Amino acid sequence: MSRSFIGLVFLIAALALPALASENAQHPHAPPSGWPHHGVAGTYDRAALQRGFQVYKQVCATCHSMKHLAYRHLAEIGFNEAEVKALAAEYNVTDGPNDEGEMFQRPARPSDFFVKPYPNDQAARAANNGALPPDLSLIIKGREGHEDYIYSLLTGYGQTPPAEEKIAQGMSYNPYFAGHQIAMPSPLVEGAVTYADGTAASVEQMSKDVTQFLTWAGEPRMEIRKQTGIKTLLFLVVFAGVSYGVKRRIWKKLR
Amino acid sequence: MSSGKRVPFKNPVIEWIDQRLPLFTMLEKEYGSFPTPKNFNYLWNFGAIATFMLAVMIATGIFLAMEYTPSTDHAFNSVERIMRDVNWGWLIRYVHMNGASMFFVAVFVHMFRGMYYGSFKAPRELLWMLGVATFLLMMATAFMGYVLPWGQMSFWGATVITNLFSAIPVIGDDIVIWLWGGFSVDNPTLNRFFALHYLLPFVIVAVVVLHVAALHVSGSNNPTGVEPKSSKDTVPFHPYYTAKDSFGLLIFIIVYAAVVFWAPNSMGHPDNYTPANPMVTPAHIVPEWYFLPFYAILRAFTIDITIPFTSIVVISSKLGGVILMFGAIAVLFLLPWLDRSPVRSGTYRPLFKIFFWVFLAVCITLGWVGKNPPEGIYVIIGQIATAWYFIHFLIVLPLLTKYEKPLPLPASISEAVKRKGAR
Repeated sequence: MSRSFIGLVFLIAALALPALASENAQHPHAPPSGWPHHGVAGTYDRAALQRGFQVYKQVCATCHSMKHLAYRHLAEIGFNEAEVKALAAEYNVTDGPNDEGEMFQRPARPSDFFVKPYPNDQAARAANNGALPPDLSLIIKGREGHEDYIYSLLTGYGQTPPAEEKIAQGMSYNPYFAGHQIAMPSPLVEGAVTYADGTAASVEQMSKDVTQFLTWAGEPRMEIRKQTGIKTLLFLVVFAGVSYGVKRRIWKKLR
Repeated sequence: MSSGKRVPFKNPVIEWIDQRLPLFTMLEKEYGSFPTPKNFNYLWNFGAIATFMLAVMIATGIFLAMEYTPSTDHAFNSVERIMRDVNWGWLIRYVHMNGASMFFVAVFVHMFRGMYYGSFKAPRELLWMLGVATFLLMMATAFMGYVLPWGQMSFWGATVITNLFSAIPVIGDDIVIWLWGGFSVDNPTLNRFFALHYLLPFVIVAVVVLHVAALHVSGSNNPTGVEPKSSKDTVPFHPYYTAKDSFGLLIFIIVYAAVVFWAPNSMGHPDNYTPANPMVTPAHIVPEWYFLPFYAILRAFTIDITIPFTSIVVISSKLGGVILMFGAIAVLFLLPWLDRSPVRSGTYRPLFKIFFWVFLAVCITLGWVGKNPPEGIYVIIGQIATAWYFIHFLIVLPLLTKYEKPLPLPASISEAVKRKGAR
């Protein structure tokens, strides 16, 4: 029986191992400080999320949409109702038709989804040399390497390409990108944003912050998930213990 | 059900119902006093576990269907809405999504257990075949379920798998168009997959009912493979196995919960969080992990077979792969007639035991090959493993039946239990 179990464990382990990334891209890494939201009970760092949102809003949002996020969702990262209202009101959305049958512009409300930088994919391509900046709502979950990948990519600019790699016109060298040539130029420069909390806006710091914001954006229910998991597991372990006792007692009668 | 003497129940309400519809008599007979071999190991829990998983999948699936929109324009967004804005939607979806993987884990263990202990042998051939039918239906259901979120892997997986049917000579292309409901995987395909994904689980329930009915005719096999000889060899199902199954199930749920709450996306592919895009093909199209061994078999056939000295293709590499893949499942239906050794349990078959573990290793190897791109060494390993998969069933098992000298069997289950206790 024990051997069957070893076989079973082996089977599950071998089949469940995540697929290895086979592109030539350099292996992504986490920042030296690690990620605060990792770990069994890890939670998001609200201050980092707010800073990350600022980076997204002032830098990334020029080209990248986040269509699964509404302004009301920002309440979850610590903005109060008035702040969310004010943030939303900075944007205009098309609404209508009104009673005259006309479409009209109005300031965005918390219930509106993030306003996109381009009206459609074609416009986005036209403005970006033919490249389409991907939507960032799920960028962390949708890429092999997840937050490590995005962080490494953002901090991976500015290196000299090896002599044998020719970088095409309008492309940038980034060893973490599959194929090493990325259409997005280095998006972050030192001091690109001025953080309200006085944190120095180094490329490293902004990359870390915006990556955490994007992680939250992709998986906003992570905290409640882990908390529910701990409660569930505690219950299950106790219940399994009781159940084992019951089983032992019943089977004892047989001897 | 209707014949035989009925023992009256003390509770008047239960007795009133039972006189008219003997549900409680049946429950008592099939799950109460039902004589069950007393020597099951924990591998025998996986039938109950698989049944539990089927119930979980149907329950969570119904609630997901209430919020899901089967349209190419809205499917991806409706799933994201479930993850973000539907109350506890993320939990229901992760339970369902990882439930598919856990269901396959349970069924794989259940099947390998049946193979090792000869649970498919007379008089349980039909029981086994109904199980294989369930497995086939599960594969179809899981495949269509993976298409529903309409991510990149959904779309491209659906494209690759439906395209397999184009390998059928003459009518293949027309069949594919008929399956798609158009000229590519598109809205009609998504709609029918949703309809079928909702329907097939209930077909699975029906087949499982037959599977359990057949089990209750022959009774369970057991680790010795020796049929119970007297009432000393068996215990009533309740409370002995209700208690043992509950404990085993809870351990299984602990593992399941750990995956759902801490690694809910570990079984899936990141590409499925990118919306389907017919213009962009992912670098590697890989199916869910539970299909990987079959995917490797599908890709093992790499040459076109032609009529000698001509270039007329009899079996294209594509058709060959499809035949092999379906053959890999078809051969499971034939297992009772391939392994005809009168000794059921691998415990008393020294040679079979070795070949069983080799076979298990080959299946895992196939899974590993299926995960990797079809290039270089993976192709060769995949071909050797595929060949062995069929050699195991078609050559090794019949030869073992003929030439293997099994160890002496215990006289009864009780004797085997006593002997084990003495050791």
